[in-house]
Amino acid sequence: MLKIENLQARIEEKEILKGINLDIKPGEVHAIMGPNGSGKSTLASVLAGREAYEVTGGSADFLGKDLLEMAPEDRAKEGLFLAFQYPVEIPGVSTTNFIKTAVNEKRKYQGLEPLDAAQFLKTMKEKMQLVQINQSLLSRSLNEGFSGGEKKRNEIFQMAMLEPKLAILDETDSGLDIDALRIVANGVNQLRSKDNAFLVVTHYQRLLDYIVPDFVHVLYNGKIVRSGTKELALELEEKGYDFIKAELEAATV
Amino acid sequence: MPEEHEDILEQVTTSEYKYGFVTAIEADEAPRGLSEDTVRFISAKKNEPEWLLEHRLKSFRQWLNMEEPQWPNVTYPKIDFQDIIYYSAPKQKIAPKSLDEIDPELRKTFEKLGISLDEQKRISGVAVDAVMDSISVATTFKDELSKVGVIFCSMSEAVQEHPELVKKYLGSVVPATDNYFSALNAAVFSDGSFCYIPKGVRCPMELSTYFRINAANTGQFERTLIVAEEGSYVSYLEGCTAPQRDENQLHAAVVELVAMEKAEIKYSTVQNWYPGDKEGKGGIYNFVTKRGICAGSHAKISWTQVETGSSVTWKYPSVILKGDYSIGEFYSVAVTNNYQQADTGTKMVHLGKNTRSRIVSKGISAGKSQNSYRGLVSVSKNADNARNFSQCDSMLLGDKCGAHTFPYIEVKNNTAIVEHEATTSKIGEDQIFYCNQRGMDTETAVALIINGFAKEVMNQLPMEFAVEAQKLLAISLEGSVG
Repeated sequence: MLKIENLQARIEEKEILKGINLDIKPGEVHAIMGPNGSGKSTLASVLAGREAYEVTGGSADFLGKDLLEMAPEDRAKEGLFLAFQYPVEIPGVSTTNFIKTAVNEKRKYQGLEPLDAAQFLKTMKEKMQLVQINQSLLSRSLNEGFSGGEKKRNEIFQMAMLEPKLAILDETDSGLDIDALRIVANGVNQLRSKDNAFLVVTHYQRLLDYIVPDFVHVLYNGKIVRSGTKELALELEEKGYDFIKAELEAATV
Repeated sequence: MPEEHEDILEQVTTSEYKYGFVTAIEADEAPRGLSEDTVRFISAKKNEPEWLLEHRLKSFRQWLNMEEPQWPNVTYPKIDFQDIIYYSAPKQKIAPKSLDEIDPELRKTFEKLGISLDEQKRISGVAVDAVMDSISVATTFKDELSKVGVIFCSMSEAVQEHPELVKKYLGSVVPATDNYFSALNAAVFSDGSFCYIPKGVRCPMELSTYFRINAANTGQFERTLIVAEEGSYVSYLEGCTAPQRDENQLHAAVVELVAMEKAEIKYSTVQNWYPGDKEGKGGIYNFVTKRGICAGSHAKISWTQVETGSSVTWKYPSVILKGDYSIGEFYSVAVTNNYQQADTGTKMVHLGKNTRSRIVSKGISAGKSQNSYRGLVSVSKNADNARNFSQCDSMLLGDKCGAHTFPYIEVKNNTAIVEHEATTSKIGEDQIFYCNQRGMDTETAVALIINGFAKEVMNQLPMEFAVEAQKLLAISLEGSVG
């Protein structure tokens, strides 16, 4: 589904990604872990097409298309979704209206008729259950005055509405209490299928107790330095990131 | 990469003005230039009574001694008033006796603008007066309205059919001497709408006037008068478009509203005069005086305007709160792009006791435009317990435009409560990227964010026009974020 080879990127003059390789197949959940500043969020942003980052090398193939050549909105419409670490607020635009616009833009791209109000409401009601979000929240301006947990649930709700092929969760667990974390993870788990894939970016192992990954990768200093199964996450939790750093330093000496 | 972003934004601004076409129709015109003869010519064309001609001539003489206002925050070359045609009426082969007999060319013009003069095809609940250049072409649903006693017709017709009402109210809210352009209008006004809602009647449909400038080198000087008798209600909407021309054209209208005790007038404007091209060439000078008076207690006047067109706008729809407990409201979205200039706002004049006013102004500036809010809240000595709340928000798209706020407050009664809030913001790249990531292109994203910003005002528009106005906002702003 997504094949990344030797991906390099920088922001302004600072090299952040220094050659990332990653192969994600349908049905898989990959977790990217790493200490602060290792490039995790940059990877998520580069894949989604944020303009501040400049890709300086490498390639990314998404469902047979050159991802890096595509405009951010086309990546989205091709089925790539990013759950933001810091979802933005848009005053005066209700969450419902926002999502409806997004859903219908995607449908237009796929050559489908826009959903009428009744169909849209029906779909929305179904998906609302997934993340236990209520109607009154969706009538309010997008993310304006939402609590941290509400913002993150809203991201997962949007994901459910847009049914992406590949969803990137950028530190979705940050700022969540354990109950909210459980709700968010539960929503994600219900959306997992053999046809879609997830890339879960996180600093902590605890999210992975709920969203169990097939693969875990450790990002350090712009490169994936270890890959393994979910046991790797547990090892990291136990030993901290320092043991990876120590290993790497030992190797370079 | 940010430059690329700006490029995209530049590209999207290339949208064309949709209503720039010209109707090929022969016109009956006054000779170019302005003199007492011009005034007499117009009055004669309209077969006006002597008192009205006298009123025009008096206004003209006053205008000669007045100075063009210099205080608005706009600049434009000096207008040559002798180079304008003051009367231009599309010639119809026969005088239409009914809607069916209207010249097909004229009918087509309004069809093209989305205004059907065919009552059957019209969205029910909206009556239209269609005005092209100096005359009213057609008014729909007149019969139905007259059944409940509502008079809705062109001003010219009102002068003939209801002279006593016109004589009583014309100039009663905006006297000819009020300002330079109102004096000019009083001298040469051509057509406009007249609405009279009798006591206790709730007007059964929206009334609307569609103003179209067609002929070249002409000025449009329309005059609208709405009188709502005790306990009545009316909602009125006006729309405006003009052809795309390299020359500037002058539009100097006067609108007067009179609301008696417990009457309510809701007046909405969607102004989309030709704004000029991207280099600032051409466009309409929109110098308009709009004012309403809450003459009786518990009267209410509400102005809502969506201003996207014109190269220069100078306009302050105001309310005189004379009756105790009367209410004045002003909701405005003013959008300027490219080289447009707008200096717009309101005056709320509190004279009666326990009067309330509310001002919500949303200015959106893009391109190299200048957008100013100018408002006055005045509370007179006897206006006990007057309340005003004003909110002026500006949004800047790009870094070459300007947003300005000039709020004036004059309070002579210490029981008054006057509040003013103002904000200035920019559309964030983060907001646009967030929308992009959800599959919206930048153009759609900007439209969505802008409509959110203007929502409080858009919500005030009658349902039938809100969708149209939303689209208009998006079109006026295409491609202007940086």
